[in-house]
Amino acid sequence: MQFFIDNFDILRDAFLTTLSLSLLAGLLALVLGTLLAAMRVSPVAPLRGLATFYVEVFRNTPLTVVFFFIIFGLPQIDFVIDFFPGAVLSVGLYTAAFVCEAVRSGINAVSPGQAEASRALGLTFGQSLREVVLPQAFRTVVPPLGNVLIAMVKNTSIAAGFSVSELSSTLPRLVNANAGDLLFVLLGVVIGYMLITLPAAYAVHRLERKVAILR
Amino acid sequence: MRITRCAAALAVFGLALAGCSSEAGNQAADSAKNTAAVNTATKFDEGTTMAKLSEAGKVTIGTKFDQPGFGLLNPQKVPEGFDVEIAKIIAGQLGIKPENITWTETVSANRESFIQDGKVDFVVATYTINDERKKLVDFAGPYYEAGQDIMVAKGNPEGIKGPDDLAGKNVCSVEGSTPAETIRTKYPQAKLTLFDVYSKCADALSNGQVQAVTTDNVILTGLVAGAPDKFELVNNPFTKEPYGIGLKKGDQKFRDFINDVLQKSFDDGAWAEAWDRTAGKITGTEAPEPPTIDRY
Repeated sequence: MQFFIDNFDILRDAFLTTLSLSLLAGLLALVLGTLLAAMRVSPVAPLRGLATFYVEVFRNTPLTVVFFFIIFGLPQIDFVIDFFPGAVLSVGLYTAAFVCEAVRSGINAVSPGQAEASRALGLTFGQSLREVVLPQAFRTVVPPLGNVLIAMVKNTSIAAGFSVSELSSTLPRLVNANAGDLLFVLLGVVIGYMLITLPAAYAVHRLERKVAILR
Repeated sequence: MRITRCAAALAVFGLALAGCSSEAGNQAADSAKNTAAVNTATKFDEGTTMAKLSEAGKVTIGTKFDQPGFGLLNPQKVPEGFDVEIAKIIAGQLGIKPENITWTETVSANRESFIQDGKVDFVVATYTINDERKKLVDFAGPYYEAGQDIMVAKGNPEGIKGPDDLAGKNVCSVEGSTPAETIRTKYPQAKLTLFDVYSKCADALSNGQVQAVTTDNVILTGLVAGAPDKFELVNNPFTKEPYGIGLKKGDQKFRDFINDVLQKSFDDGAWAEAWDRTAGKITGTEAPEPPTIDRY
């Protein structure tokens, strides 16, 4: 117990960093991912191609490589970004590819008759997507989106290797200073992550029950 | 033709590796030639760790695999460096040949537990002796005294002379390392940037994302040697980091034995020789005065 009292400040700051990194990156991923999904189902071929290219690049690149590119690669072409915004960007851009695929699967699950009917009523493509298709699509993709976002929270731990003092980065720091309390250090870090992921999982569960489409 | 000639040379001279082999082959031949003496006439008291290891004829030693000059894995997957040579000297005095040593990678976070669990017999891994660690393991030595120093961009554009000049500057180190804690506690004005490995600090310094890199001078020297046109060392060590040999707590006889072996290597020049062909080769410096062994 003494260990947690002594190191409360360090763990709290690290927890808040992980939390804000998760929230900002999650927001970026949701907005960008939805946009990309819309592009992937759009009738405009170049948009479809661009979004497909984006998804394939980011989905098939390890997150560490994305981090390396943004933190160390971009400065080579004189685009220096701070470490925390760099981490938000890395995690957000990476996760957006997965959000895009989850949302797209939801869009495909909406019966084509819905889109055809709304076009027949005179709605534009954008309108029919916004007003008719996406609201139904999001309902079906709540569970997979929850998965993607929970995985993202854990992925933020890679930022520890790129100068963001988040939860995982306290592991080597606290272990070095308290070699005898290794298990407490691990426990503290695990609790920190669970404080984010468990409520998130619960929220997803509640949301799923609330908006589920009864078929 | 070259192969035939090489084979012929081998047949004639029996040791003609040098003529036709690669650089790596040369180094292997070098280190084979220079390997620490193996004491074949060993005699230890019944029941001691020395007797046990000597009897078995093999030993497991923990070292670093990523520290140029001290413990670095060569292309043949064998560690090389000053720590490795010191370990070979100790093994030699146990009557164990270098080829019977099993090298295990120990990193900063697992050294104590590896010793406590008996996964390694002892650890020679740029292991700073401090009171916190003494609670868990015992230390023989020190066999070398490093110090925390600062590395800056070539020409020192920020005019950094010592740790006090770091105030307000971005300083890079590795999370969980003692140098990072020193900056945190003693020089809180400096802005710390913490990665997981030092090579990233070097990248950040050459990109201008940080103005300085700080850790033990021996590590920095390795980085400067890798890119002498980009980095330079401030060369003003401001801490003392005595490197010791970690072993199981309470094994007083084994500790005394290692201390005796170290003292002997200080006196007969084996220590200085080990320095010259490992760390000394990278830093280009003469072997320093050996430290005083702390028989606490």
